[in-house]
Amino acid sequence: MANNRKDAIIEVEGLSKVFGILPALQEVDFTLARGEFALLLGANGSGKSTLLRLLSGLSKPSAGSVRIGGWELPGEAMAIRAQIGLVAHRPLLYDNLTARENLAFFGRLYGIDRAECEGRSRDLLRQVGLWRRADTLVRTFSRGMKQRLSIARAILHRPDVLLLDEPFSGLDQTAAESLDQLLATARQEGRTIILSTHQLERAPPTGERALILSRGRIAYDGAFETSELAEMYRAAEA
Amino acid sequence: MKTPVFETVLAIASKDLRAELRSRELLSLMAIFALLSILVFSFALELDRLAREEAVSGVLWVTLIFASLLGLNRSLAQEYDQGNLDALLLAPVSRSAIFVGKFLGNALFTWLVGVLLLPLMTALYGMNLLDGRLILTALAGIFGLCAIGTLLATMTVQTRAREALLPIAMLPVALPFLLTAVRATTGILTGAAEWQVWFQLLLGIAVIYLVLCLLLYGYVVEE
Repeated sequence: MANNRKDAIIEVEGLSKVFGILPALQEVDFTLARGEFALLLGANGSGKSTLLRLLSGLSKPSAGSVRIGGWELPGEAMAIRAQIGLVAHRPLLYDNLTARENLAFFGRLYGIDRAECEGRSRDLLRQVGLWRRADTLVRTFSRGMKQRLSIARAILHRPDVLLLDEPFSGLDQTAAESLDQLLATARQEGRTIILSTHQLERAPPTGERALILSRGRIAYDGAFETSELAEMYRAAEA
Repeated sequence: MKTPVFETVLAIASKDLRAELRSRELLSLMAIFALLSILVFSFALELDRLAREEAVSGVLWVTLIFASLLGLNRSLAQEYDQGNLDALLLAPVSRSAIFVGKFLGNALFTWLVGVLLLPLMTALYGMNLLDGRLILTALAGIFGLCAIGTLLATMTVQTRAREALLPIAMLPVALPFLLTAVRATTGILTGAAEWQVWFQLLLGIAVIYLVLCLLLYGYVVEE
């Protein structure tokens, strides 16, 4: 759909990943423009998490190439890491640190100046509704609170690309709505977002592009139109 | 953009220290294990005073190795189970800096257990282990042990049988440390001048292992 656009920030070509003899991804091609919001749909085991791990540089492809912001993985991974924020299945937070300490720690890893990091943390904790719990240990947080803090961690360094792997799983209605708001803000800030989900009904309305993965292949790459998409998704799952 | 190595090392080591001071999960586990071990050895070797004196350096190092195994397993499991190893790998930091940060935290905890062990063993075994040279030997031995242990624990923590696999992987590799550290310790306790040779050898092995770990860590954490 958006192939070879000049403003492309994510370019994926012939991407494949094989675990042993099991192909998890096969010949995946797509391009995302800067600021685009894509929904990555697929049943469990379709390769969504594998694709997001490859895009974030946590996993190496068996074949094909990934370019993010003009940098190529895995050779230029260091430059790419600074541009990526990942919200994974697990919260990627330290239970024995407070919310504020977690953000301060990741801020240091991303080379953010201490005073600047404190300011950003304060703003983000307010944005995700955790300001009052800033000095509470993360181990006392609910799943929804951890997920919100995880999003704050992922955008603390102001990445150009935000990758979210099933961010709605385990969230109650209030937490899910709060996440929707956060995503809308991230979009307004011009971030490119890929959000994976296996629940089409849970896909946020802000999506403009949809990619359906089926058995490791792209089965659909097109506009986000819920009615048509539902049909395509059912067909891909079958 | 790459975060400076020193900043990364300091951030990871101080994070580990802060989390541990709060939970005391790792240190208490290691200290209780070490205490029980030296008590068991003390009772088992009670009958023969001479044997006990000869065995004291072996008891010290075997206890330190097993206590460090416990600590390394827990430390890396805490990192892996919450997916935090991924979070570290996602950051624009060098893999070597991640290794050194984790290694320093682990070494610090094992050194603290060593600090606890030396006076306790002095009291229990009736031999003076509070010797500057012995403390130096313990520092060098633990330094090397924790270097190789951090590397191997990062590998085994990703497996199902990690608790069993770490000792299996680490004990053969730790053998050069055990041999040289025990010889150096025995030399110090008996007043033999050759302790220096064993100490230098121990230091050499520790440095070689550390360099190897720095070079290999990147490969170990890459999928």
